[in-house]
Amino acid sequence: MFYREAGQFKTTYAADQQLLPIPMDKWFVIAVALFALIVVPMIGSQYWLESILLPVLILSIAAIGLNILTGYCGQLSLGTGGFMAAGAYMSYKIATNMPDFLPVWAPILGGGLFAAAIGVVFGLPSLRIKGFYLAVATLAAQFFLSWLFQKVPWFVNNSISGVPSAPSETIFGVYVTGAQASPEAKYVFVLVFVIVLALLARNLVRSRIGRSWMAIRDMDIAAELIGIRPLQTKLSAFAISSFYCGVAGALWSFCYINTVEPTAFDIDRSFQVLFMVIVGGLGSILGSFFGAAFIFLLPIVLNNVPAWFGLTLATDVVSHLEFMVFGAAIIFFLIVEPHGLARLWQIAKEKLRLWPFPH
Amino acid sequence: MEAIAGLVGIDPFELWFFFEVLIGGLMSGVMYALVALGFVLIFKASSVFNFSQGVMVLFAALNFVGFIGLGVPAWASFILTMLVMVALAFTVERVVLRPLVNQPHISLFMATIGIAIFLEGFGELIWGSSIKPLDVGIPEGAVFMGDAMIQEADLFAAAVATVLVAVLALFFTYTRIGRALRAVADDHQAAMSVGIPLNTIWVIVWSVAGFVALVAGIMWGSKLGVQFSLAILALKALPVLILGGFTSIPGAIIGGLIIGAGEKLAEVYFGQMVGGAIEEWFAYIVAMAFLVFRPQGLFGEKIIERV
Repeated sequence: MFYREAGQFKTTYAADQQLLPIPMDKWFVIAVALFALIVVPMIGSQYWLESILLPVLILSIAAIGLNILTGYCGQLSLGTGGFMAAGAYMSYKIATNMPDFLPVWAPILGGGLFAAAIGVVFGLPSLRIKGFYLAVATLAAQFFLSWLFQKVPWFVNNSISGVPSAPSETIFGVYVTGAQASPEAKYVFVLVFVIVLALLARNLVRSRIGRSWMAIRDMDIAAELIGIRPLQTKLSAFAISSFYCGVAGALWSFCYINTVEPTAFDIDRSFQVLFMVIVGGLGSILGSFFGAAFIFLLPIVLNNVPAWFGLTLATDVVSHLEFMVFGAAIIFFLIVEPHGLARLWQIAKEKLRLWPFPH
Repeated sequence: MEAIAGLVGIDPFELWFFFEVLIGGLMSGVMYALVALGFVLIFKASSVFNFSQGVMVLFAALNFVGFIGLGVPAWASFILTMLVMVALAFTVERVVLRPLVNQPHISLFMATIGIAIFLEGFGELIWGSSIKPLDVGIPEGAVFMGDAMIQEADLFAAAVATVLVAVLALFFTYTRIGRALRAVADDHQAAMSVGIPLNTIWVIVWSVAGFVALVAGIMWGSKLGVQFSLAILALKALPVLILGGFTSIPGAIIGGLIIGAGEKLAEVYFGQMVGGAIEEWFAYIVAMAFLVFRPQGLFGEKIIERV
């Protein structure tokens, strides 16, 4: 009823190869994007914008990044937190030392590029190993990078505390980063990054490079035989994935926590993003958003559940219960829907195609 | 020792110091190896990369300390905790592994992270999250070997690890169950076709891993107190696995010794040059560099898929 391919005729290749070939789909996505960009900042409360939407959007970028590497190229990585830290520290270094004429997004992209370079270095072992051996090797990135940024004062301009606050910078006279920026401005700033990067990712994975990633993921030897070079393909996946993670890390520091600190990018962050990718759906850009929202919101909801039932529990009991429910939820989810939330969305769409006459 | 020092032309005291650091490192390597053993057992029998092994160490130690705190004698606490770990193995097999059969390895890996998070909350919910001292009469003094000081507790840990490995080796070689476990590790399908029940084997192997976790938990617990950081320390077992190979028990031991000695020596002799605390990542970088040259680990099976 809401969703039909019937009667949609394409007369050019360009029309057939669009990102969203069905007009209904296309207008729906554009409407959602415009709604998020214009209406949400007007109606959203400060709590929702700053404590829910902002982190979910930023973590979505990181989840897309990891999804490119793990979901599309099949290389398991546990170093996401380290790559995010690389982006955050480098963009801080650039932001505090760059000439004034550079725009505010330049340091964030610079941080992403730095993270990409680091990602390539730590991606090198993937040429010899895969699977869990590689996962453990990427843990090296996690531990080494967080040590590096704590021990080398150059990255934080020799700041004495080692935890400098992110600089406040403006676009068109409006603060968009750091503590002085309003939640609305930060939200819109981050959302623009999210939209651009998500579109880029969607197009990347259906282009030549994305298809070669998937070929490597599905069977590396066969991919090599049909002329895909494993070296370039894997390293490009590492580079682009780390770029996304680096941008996410920079935004996390600049727009969400307003400081540059290593504890924000520890190993728990790596696992959090990995959960998002798995729960959202491996090999799905849309799933990364679902996963980010689900994993970030689940603990918040769990935290509030006892209060809804009028129970008052000690805080440590609540946090222990939260751990238990979270762990059980992950296992439950893996069992009932191993292909993630993106798969549920797909099923819903299939149903809607035929509804209300399924036969 | 003095003669060797004379030969290479350095101060004998320096050499004794080197020796002391080396022994200390080897001993902490034994502790890593104890955790790594649990990983290897489960990986061999079910190709599940059991991330929750570290938390199982913590969980076992929490239970052990908790039972002692209730006034149960140490030997009875050991048995009670072992029963808890067997119950855990049953639950994991029934609730997690069985429904996830034939799923990709990464799903099972994520599920074990779920188990880790669950157990962490569960253990601390029951027994509390404070640091609990554990004293089961492990000697605490120090002995001198020449001029090098060695902690008696470390020697004790080494002895326990040796006994544990010997017991496991005997169990695997001479018992019916041990042979079944080895058969499953070699080839799941062939093992099933000769009538070895896979599900039972998984329960057994998770129980054995629980036993190893309990021993490791008691060792670590009496050294550092039973606290959450035990689960973090267990992450150090991962580079040990890489070095030794995921499927090799001797590999876990030798890998543990190399990592332990290597990181202590690196910390003492190179750490100062770069600002210290390199222990945190040194093991991982060594493991990563090692992988580039020998992807299957020191003793891993050569059939690792080359890329």
